[in-house]
Parts: sequence; C-alpha cells; structure tokens
Amino acid sequence: MLQLILEQTLNGLQFGLMLFLLAAGLTLVFGIMDCINLAHGSLYMVGAYFVAAATQAADSFWIGLGVGVAGAAVLGLVLELTLFRRLYQRDHLSQVLATFALILIANEAVRAIWGPAALLLNPPEALAGPVEIGGFFYPAYRLLIIAVGMAVALLLYLLVARSRVGMWVRAGAANREITESLGINVRALFTAVFVFGAALCALAGGLLGPLLAVQVGMGESVLILAFVVIIIGGIGSIRGALVGSLIVGTVDTLGRALLPSLLRALLPADAASTLGPALASILIYLLMAAILFFKPQGLFPARA
Amino acid sequence: MAEALLEVSRLSRRFGAVDALKEVDFNVTAGEVHALIGPNGAGKTTFIHHVSGALQPDSGRIRFAGHDVTALSMHRRVSAGMARSYQITNIFPGLSALDNVALAVQGRNDAGSSFRFWRPVGREAALFDEAKGYLEQVGLQDKGGAAAGMLSHGEQRALELAMVLATRPKLLLLDEPMAGTGPEESARMVELIEQLARRVTILLVEHDMAAVFRLADRISVLVNGQLICTGTPDEVRNDAAVRRAYLGDHL
Amino acid sequence: MALYRAAPWQKPLSLALLLAALALPTALSALDQAFYIGFATRVLIFALAASSLNLVLGFGGMVSLGHAAFLGAGAYVAAICQQAGINEALIAFPLAMSVAGLFALVVGAVSLRTRGVYFIMITLAFAQMAYYLFVSARSWGGDDGLPLNGRMTLGGLPLASDDALFYAALLALVAAMALFGRLVDARFGRVLQAIRENETRMEALGYPVFRFRLVAFVLGGMVAGLAGALLANLTGLASPNLLQWTQSGTLLVMVIIGGVGYLYGGVVGAVILLMLEETLVGFTAHWHIVLGLLLLAVVLFAPRGVAALFGPARSDEHG
Repeated sequence: MLQLILEQTLNGLQFGLMLFLLAAGLTLVFGIMDCINLAHGSLYMVGAYFVAAATQAADSFWIGLGVGVAGAAVLGLVLELTLFRRLYQRDHLSQVLATFALILIANEAVRAIWGPAALLLNPPEALAGPVEIGGFFYPAYRLLIIAVGMAVALLLYLLVARSRVGMWVRAGAANREITESLGINVRALFTAVFVFGAALCALAGGLLGPLLAVQVGMGESVLILAFVVIIIGGIGSIRGALVGSLIVGTVDTLGRALLPSLLRALLPADAASTLGPALASILIYLLMAAILFFKPQGLFPARA
Repeated sequence: MAEALLEVSRLSRRFGAVDALKEVDFNVTAGEVHALIGPNGAGKTTFIHHVSGALQPDSGRIRFAGHDVTALSMHRRVSAGMARSYQITNIFPGLSALDNVALAVQGRNDAGSSFRFWRPVGREAALFDEAKGYLEQVGLQDKGGAAAGMLSHGEQRALELAMVLATRPKLLLLDEPMAGTGPEESARMVELIEQLARRVTILLVEHDMAAVFRLADRISVLVNGQLICTGTPDEVRNDAAVRRAYLGDHL
Repeated sequence: MALYRAAPWQKPLSLALLLAALALPTALSALDQAFYIGFATRVLIFALAASSLNLVLGFGGMVSLGHAAFLGAGAYVAAICQQAGINEALIAFPLAMSVAGLFALVVGAVSLRTRGVYFIMITLAFAQMAYYLFVSARSWGGDDGLPLNGRMTLGGLPLASDDALFYAALLALVAAMALFGRLVDARFGRVLQAIRENETRMEALGYPVFRFRLVAFVLGGMVAGLAGALLANLTGLASPNLLQWTQSGTLLVMVIIGGVGYLYGGVVGAVILLMLEETLVGFTAHWHIVLGLLLLAVVLFAPRGVAALFGPARSDEHG
C-alpha cells in the first residue's frame, strides 16, 4: 500500500510538472495579453506529432524532441504574427471563436496528414527500463520527465523572478498600461511569450508522447486541466501555475488510484463501485469550485 | 446640531504598503453641501469608493441615515438612498439618453420589480414620463432620443447627473463633476449643482476651487489618506495646515 | 450596443417562416424527401439550444463555454425518466428543464462571481466535470450513453412518427422564441442588456446585478435542457458526447455566426451551420478545416454575425 502511494505520488508529480509546462505559457498569455487561447492544447498536440514524426525520421528521440520543439516554436511565431496579434485587442468572444476555429483546423489537418490512428512514440532505449529507488522499481523514463520538468520550472522561475525580461512579464501581467507607458516593446514581449509558450507545449507533448498516445483530440482534455490549474493558481502567476499544477497533478492521480479502494473500505461495495470512479474523475473540479468559493481570484492573483 | 446623514468613523484602508485611508472620521449633515478636497493622490476617490460600497474598508464603520451600511453591497446602499456619479463619465453610451434615465427610474425600489418578463416596457409610460422630467431638470429635454455616446462631454456629465437624480437619493456623491468640462459647461454645472443643493444633500469631490468655495457649506481636506481639517470655507482657507499641504496653491 | 429592437419586417417574416415550417413535413413527403424531416427536426432543436445560449451570451453578455452541459443534462433526464417508466413528455420535459435549471443555478452561483477569461474557463471546467461524471456513471451507460426505447408520448399522443416529433420541436421553438422576444423588451430584458453594456453603472443604479445574471443563466440552462430532452427523443440516445465542451463550442459558433444579441441569431446560426455541415460532408471528410477557415473569416471580417447584416442598424460604432 505504501509503495502504491509512493509510486502514485511520483506519477502525480510527473503529471503535475507536465501540466505546468502547459499552464505556464497559457497563464502568461491570459494574464499579459488578456487573451483566451483555446488552441493552446492544439499546440501541445501538434508539438507531439512533430516530435513523433521527427523521431521516426531521425531515428533518435532526442533529435526528434529538439526538432519538434523548434517546429512548434516556429508555428507559434507564425500564428502570433498572423492571427493572435490581431486578437489581443478584440473581445473575449472573438478570441474564443478564432481559437476554437484553430482547434477544428488543427485536429482535421493532423487527421489528414498523419491519419486517424494514434502514432507510436517510443522512449529512448536507454531509459526504457525501470530503475530501483528506495526498494521499489520505477520507470526511468518517468524519472527523466520529473527531472526535466523540475529543471524547466526552476529555469522559468529564475527567468520570471530574477531577469529583466521576467520583470517586464510580471509588470505586464499586473498592469498592461503601466508597462506600455514604461516604453517597453510590448509587441515583441507578447511575441516572445507566445512563442516560448508554444515551445513549452511541444516539450510537454513530446515528453508525454511515449506515455500517452499521440492522437487527434489529445490537446483538448489536457487544455481543460491546464485551465483548472490556472483558475486555481490565479491568472498570470507563474508561481500559481506551478502550485496549481502540482495540486491538480497529485490530487487527480492519487484520487484515481486510491479513492475507489478508500471508498470500498467505508461504503457498501455496490455504492463504492458506482461512486468511486465518478468521484475520482471530478475530484479536481470539486477542488477548483471550493478554492474559487473562498478565493475567486485564485491562490496567487497576479493583479492587485 | 443637525442630524448627520452620513457618518464615517475611523475608516482605514491599506493597499499593500500604502495607507490609502487612515482613521478617517467624517460626517455629512442633512441638507448641506460638503466638499472634500485635497491634492492629487490624497485618497478622495478611494474614499468615495468606500462610501458608495465599491470597495470594502479594512476597519472603520459607515453609518447612513441611521443605519450601519458598512457591510452592505453597492446596490443596497443605492436602494437606501445613496447615489454617485463617477470621475470618468459612467453612462450607457449605446442607449438613448432617455433609456439611460428610464433605467435609473426603473431601478428604484418604489418603481416595482424589474423581474418582469412579459410586458413590454414601451407600454410603461410612467417610467418614461418621469425620466423626461429628469432630463428637463438638467437641460437635456431635447436630447432624449440621441444615443448617449453621441452627446458632448458636458451633456454626458449632465446626463449622468439626471440618472443619479432619478434614483431619488438622499445623498449625492459627486466625484469631480467638473472634470474635463470647458469653462462654459463648468459654469452651467455649478448652477445645476446649486439648484440641486436646495433639495438634496451633496458630498462633492472637486478640484475646481472656485466651484468648491462657491458651492460648499463645509469643506474637508484630505491629505495622504488623513483628514487634516473640516470647517466652513473661511476656516479652511485660513487653516495653516491646509496652506502647508497645498504649498502655494491658491485657495 | 443599443438595446435590442426588432426590425419592423421581423414579425411578418417570422410568421411566414412559421407557416412554411408547418407545411414542411407535408411538402417533403410529397417530394418523396421525407428523409429530411429528421434533419429539419435536428435543426429546430439546435436552434432552440443556440437561442437559449444567445439569451445568456448575446443579451446577458456572459461568454459561457459550458452550455452543452445543460443540453446533455436534459437528454439524460429524458432517458432516465424512460428507464424509470415515465414515458410522458409532459412530465419528463419539465423535469429535464428543472434539473438542467438546477444545475445551471449551481454552476452560475459559483462562476458568476468571476469575470472575463475566468468565467469562460470556469463554465468550461464545470461542463467537463459533468461530462466525466456521466462517462463514469456505469448505471447510466458510461461511455456508451443511455439509450431510449422508442420515443415518448406528448399529452398521450405518440411522438414516434418523424412528423410528430418535428411538430413538437417546432412548438417548443416557437414558445421559446415568443418568450425571449417578449423578455428582451420587458423590464428584465432591458436590465439584462444594460448590465451587458455597463455592469458598474447598473450596480450604482441600485440593481442587484448578480441576481439578474443568475436568473438569465438559469433560464438559458432550462431551455437548453428542453432541447436536450427533445434531442434524446430524436436520436434515441443520451450520450456523454452531448456534454463535451466541443459541443458547447459548436453552440457558441452557431450564435456567433447567426448574430450575438439578435433575437433570431441562434436560429439563423443553427440553420446555417447544420446546412453547411450537411453540404460540406458530401464533398470532403475534412470539412472541419473549411468550417475553421470560415470561422476565422467571420471573426476577422464579419465580427457581428450574419443576422447583423440584415438586422436594424445599431449605434454602437460611436460607443
């Protein structure tokens, strides 16, 4: 039992860190540009496809990952320059419609290019097996994801909390007008943030590819989880995104793993088997509602 | 002593490290025009936000017409008879001037419930007749059909005043009604406020000192979130602390 | 935006269209195209659902991305009713509306405390929560959904024939449009639109803004629930896919294509989108790409939707 909890906690940590890669870019786009981007999940999906395709072509996961992330960054750049730049000034409704349209286009284009079946993406061979930690075995590849996720989180934290660009980003999230009046090139800042967000999406998509199936529609469910993360953490806050990601990742993973057996111990068997999976699947949403009730702005509101 | 319509006691509010309001004691007597002045950034608008219910204080109490309203939401305070205008004109630009005021009339408690789903408002002549009356009071009787957003700046300020009046307030909170108006419009606005002052109690925040000293029965001075002086215009004009705060500004 | 005012030709036109709709089943049978009656019913039902969203979005200014949850809830209530032996629509449909409305009350009470991007995300998240709830509810069919054993009866009359269900859906749509048409001109509708225009001002005029929004949100949810119950009767299945957020997105697209804040925006949008789908699917399996590009074009070049092209001029260019 203890081993199960430990293993699931690691899984939750790994899932949470990947969510953070998605939520970090998204929360900045929301916070700084006040722009809702439903297509963020599509960047994640397209990024995963890029990585999978490049890995097959190059026969190396690492080259594939690099090429895929770069490809997604270029795609992000093109999208920002051609479409999103026009959307920042528009109302939320137009943003919703335009990015919803992007999802339709992305899903259908991926289906047209790579077909409806899921792509297989194998982890690098050296990491395919398990390693022993503290008396139990855990997949080496998942450990790698945890390490990469932590490294990126640390890098982002240093970037946002310490660097000059990070200061602009924080200022932009807190108050756009003031940032503009300080003479900072907001346009270039927006582009940079967006492209960076796209690259992080592809990184998450590529890293998760070997664990989950690379398939059409993979972006949407993860997008909503990223939303939940941002709602919990507070729009525009990197710290909030990190805390929110870890909360959602661990609560969701542990809930699904432990709640059914926990309920079986407390309730009659048939009630537990009906209630268990249902409750586990909506656990994070209940958590979100509860947090919202007490803190409507999320845990770490960036805006005063 | 006349009864205090508005009684603010020990009102404090911090924004981060800044004391926006610090233990402000303040009252408005029924029937008076009480002006609140102070240098830019003194916390005047913040104070109005707290009185009207747009912001909640960290500590302190606000009593209005004999009731503690500190915990009440803005719309409840309006129902209790407190109405405000905004520093930046706050109207419905897409709606006609008449619709703007008719909405204000409709929102009043004695105008009946607004949860009516079937009867067209077009058939409620009473709403619009009353609204026309308020437009007339502010000199906009000919502009009822125009989209509010198309009116001149001065006309928009007057329209906002008509809307505020239509709520039949006991206390008017006017936040810089002269802001951004030209000299001619300003003069008309002063005249208008003078007329209103005969019927309703007014708390006036204003930068135009000529207007303040002409209109106000009493003046309070707010500096850095603290009330440093309250008195008649003459008392305030001769107050040493006030003169220091304004450093050479002409009072 | 100004307050909504119906164009003078709107009433005669909608009456003419209603007469045409009444004659449609007979005409289609005469032309040997009775197959299309089912499609026409689908259009009517989605027109109803999109119009209910238009009340929330167009008149209330609330960008809800979770409206399909109420559609799905209505469908499930219908199916569950039948499972429980209630086959009478006069009981099942009001029940579907009540449950959907109650759900909307809970969702609205939490999410209407927030604004802007937050509100969009939260409504979306709640809808997704409902989706997962139904997917994991094995006694209600889980992934596969809950099938109906044939259609219900309405006041004793069977809805089994396609014509009967068509007329039932038409009746529901006409009733809803009549209600919405009156509502937007009545006190409530004016307040709702004024809140959309300037929330702070309405609060400062003494209106309990939250309560008005919540009532509109619940009303929209109830009508969507009715649409869901009708849809379950049409397709014979209450499927969790109905609650998926892409379905909410589709409803939103209908309203925007048709014209946000125009009384018939939802109807126009449902007709256009479903006909477009029906046509394009015949040409290419990848019709979503075409739709996506069309939507981008709408956003960039016709931001106020199709109904706006024909609607009365509004004075918001100056606002």
